[in-house]
Amino acid sequence: MEAELLEIGQHLGRFAPFDTLSEELLDEVASHVEVSYFKADSMILELDAMQTDLCYIRSGAVEVTRRNGELYNLLGEGDIFGHFSLMRHNKVRFPARAMEDTLIYFISEPMFQKLCDESDSFSDFVEVERPRLESTFEGQRRDNDMMATRVRKLVNRYPVMIEANATVQQAAQQLTEFQASAVLVLDEPGDQPRYSIKDSEGKVWQIIGILTDTDFRKRVVGEGLSPSTLVKEVVRRRLIAVQSDESVQEAMLCMLRNNIHHLPVMHRRAPVGIVHLSDIIRHETQSSLYLVNSIFDQPSAECLARMAPDVQAAFVRMVQDGADSQMIGKALSTIGRSFTRRLLELAEEELGPPPVPYCFMALGSMARNEQSIVTDQDNALVLSDRFDPAAHDEYFLELARRVSDGLATCGYSYCKGDIMATNPLWRQPLAVWKKYFHDWIEQPSPEGLLRSSIFFDLDAVYGDNSLVEELQDLVAEVAPQHKRFLSAMARNALGRTPPLGFFRTFVMEKDGKHNNSINLKRRGTAPMVDLIRIHAMACGSRAQNTFERLDDIDRTQLLAPGVSDKLRYAMEFLSMSRIRHQVIDLEHEQVPDNNIEPENVSRSERHHLKDAFQALSNAQKFLKFRYPLSQR
Amino acid sequence: MPLIRPKTRSATDWHDYLVQRRQQTQVGALEDFFAGADLSPILPVAEAPLMALDLETTGLDPRRDEIVSIGIVPFSLSRIRVSERRYWVVRPRRSLSAKSVTFHRITHADIEGAPRIEEVLDEVFKALSGHLLVVHYRHIERAFLDTASRKAWQETLSFPVIDTMSLEARIHRQSWLARLRRWSGRPPASIRLHDSRIRYGLPHYHGHHALTDALATAELLQAQVASNYAPETPIGMLWS
Repeated sequence: MEAELLEIGQHLGRFAPFDTLSEELLDEVASHVEVSYFKADSMILELDAMQTDLCYIRSGAVEVTRRNGELYNLLGEGDIFGHFSLMRHNKVRFPARAMEDTLIYFISEPMFQKLCDESDSFSDFVEVERPRLESTFEGQRRDNDMMATRVRKLVNRYPVMIEANATVQQAAQQLTEFQASAVLVLDEPGDQPRYSIKDSEGKVWQIIGILTDTDFRKRVVGEGLSPSTLVKEVVRRRLIAVQSDESVQEAMLCMLRNNIHHLPVMHRRAPVGIVHLSDIIRHETQSSLYLVNSIFDQPSAECLARMAPDVQAAFVRMVQDGADSQMIGKALSTIGRSFTRRLLELAEEELGPPPVPYCFMALGSMARNEQSIVTDQDNALVLSDRFDPAAHDEYFLELARRVSDGLATCGYSYCKGDIMATNPLWRQPLAVWKKYFHDWIEQPSPEGLLRSSIFFDLDAVYGDNSLVEELQDLVAEVAPQHKRFLSAMARNALGRTPPLGFFRTFVMEKDGKHNNSINLKRRGTAPMVDLIRIHAMACGSRAQNTFERLDDIDRTQLLAPGVSDKLRYAMEFLSMSRIRHQVIDLEHEQVPDNNIEPENVSRSERHHLKDAFQALSNAQKFLKFRYPLSQR
Repeated sequence: MPLIRPKTRSATDWHDYLVQRRQQTQVGALEDFFAGADLSPILPVAEAPLMALDLETTGLDPRRDEIVSIGIVPFSLSRIRVSERRYWVVRPRRSLSAKSVTFHRITHADIEGAPRIEEVLDEVFKALSGHLLVVHYRHIERAFLDTASRKAWQETLSFPVIDTMSLEARIHRQSWLARLRRWSGRPPASIRLHDSRIRYGLPHYHGHHALTDALATAELLQAQVASNYAPETPIGMLWS
């Protein structure tokens, strides 16, 4: 008879990091815990006491504070605490107090060590050196889309087929006509054909092989055969194929194993298409690439507007295929830029060529290549200095209006702050723009910058790119020399703080308040972008993308070693969370937004979000320290 | 059916009883048990070596029913030491009724190869010795162990216990608040193990496994002392 305390093991097994332990190890932990009850308001861990156990909350709620008494974390059923001190000299660094009547399971240090040694997922979860976020990402990258996506997704048309009794010339003509590079060869059915197909007249054919471009070169022309040679004389009677529900990865391995570039895809016995090796290589970015291609084929703004659902579909597909936030941000920005560009081309076709050179400038997330599915338009026009308002502005106002209205119908809502080229303030010649930037940087006021900070993510979309590049150069050269400007930007960047994390069904704020949802952009990605922008400007980076800015910051000594990696992971996680929740919204046919509700957050996501908010919070503290307010 | 209140001893009576039995007993295991349980009534509960005990039985009548399993978990006010738990399944003379099978989740197959209570009693009392026992509803545990002792060793047996149900009754049955509640016609609060635990915010356990119930009892005592008593409270004030 088992003398197990099922109550303990079953509970532990439901929560991370114990949920990944083997049954054997879980039983061992469960049978070694020590249990203790703490009345609400009593201390569980006193500051500087010796810590000999990992603490697991069986029931109740626990408040963990910093040395100075500031709230650090609020924990509930299934959460653990005390592991940081356990791994560092065993003195309690974060005191813990029961907020409600609480039952704690203590896991002894030797058992904790054993778990770390024997379970990678456990040690990844608790280890400080290798933050959890990082290991999660590596995990995600490892099982990327190639494993999950089925090969049938890559099939985009029915295979081209020809009778074995046709001539190779007819086959070549067939390929040319359909712009294909391989054709399936059909013959009378044998006894038990492996692959077969019924034609429109009900006749059953056997598929005996495949003839490819390469075969024409090697086996027909190379051998000096005449165009009237029959297909059946040259076709190799060996057909390597995959089933349509195989993974893309399996299809690729099959091609590599057999050294072939064309792979027929079958549904049971019948062919559904042919996949080429390059289809697989293109696969990751394929969906958005096709979309961009078709944007440029649209003949009118009305037709462009009809593509909005395709953008959403491509977005959902990318997320499901396991793309990371940089790939998605870049793809959506490329799509947004393509819409803008096509609208400008269409406008120029109707309005005639521009009277003076101009550059259409993207601001904010599009400039950073970090666009999301929920976005409004932020843009401006930089005009040549030959611009004469009286003579030319009518043209550019109309141009701006068409782009702005067009973007709005394509799903990019008007900018609430009126930062659009339709606003005369933001439709100016280069000299005026330079003056704007000099004013912002050299005579900064936090209030003024609050409105204009969006101009510090800027990139050319269409037209004479050099106009915008001059502005980018100006910022990169002038900004690092003006510490007051950086301080003013820093002050704005500190205005939006992350929450502590989640607790049960609400969002915990640092001041102890509760909220029912959290705006991941306002409280996460946007403050992150803001603070990284400041560090990037301080080191004269010209990069606009947040991750590229971090790369530039890395080349300096500005941040302590390891800090930028933490920010990178935190940024990636916050962005992906936001994206994933937008996909959830779309899948439920709701309008996607930037909010996430705690009840939709999985347990592991909750832990990671907490870590990401913590990384952001620490980085904000450093920013405050580097640009103290007194400098204003 | 008239309620028969078993004889209770005061704190000093228990002390005298234990001393006397240690000298008189002919059973080695009981000698150890009585010696170890010779705890001073003024020992603070926070320092007492405690042992939660739970028996699962075929029914409630010690004259007719028998022990099926025994679970014990040693603990103190600060820690319940799960790794030192012990558990015995024993084979009753009368076959298990279908009802008690579902009740305890112990099946005929579990019991088939199990020893008789007499065969493990020695081991059980050795494990208990040196500890003050903690049970929920002492009239089961004490009476069934007495019966087992009479059968195995032809000696009667009693011992002091902290009864978490009786501690609950002091608050919910005997206090002036409880009387007021009764007077106003509201039903008295339940002092069963599970219901008592809920009042202290303790989690729900699937009951009727001797080990789980022993653990549940240990947790309840920790909660009761944390809520209603100082850790210096002498054990003589808590046992019965």
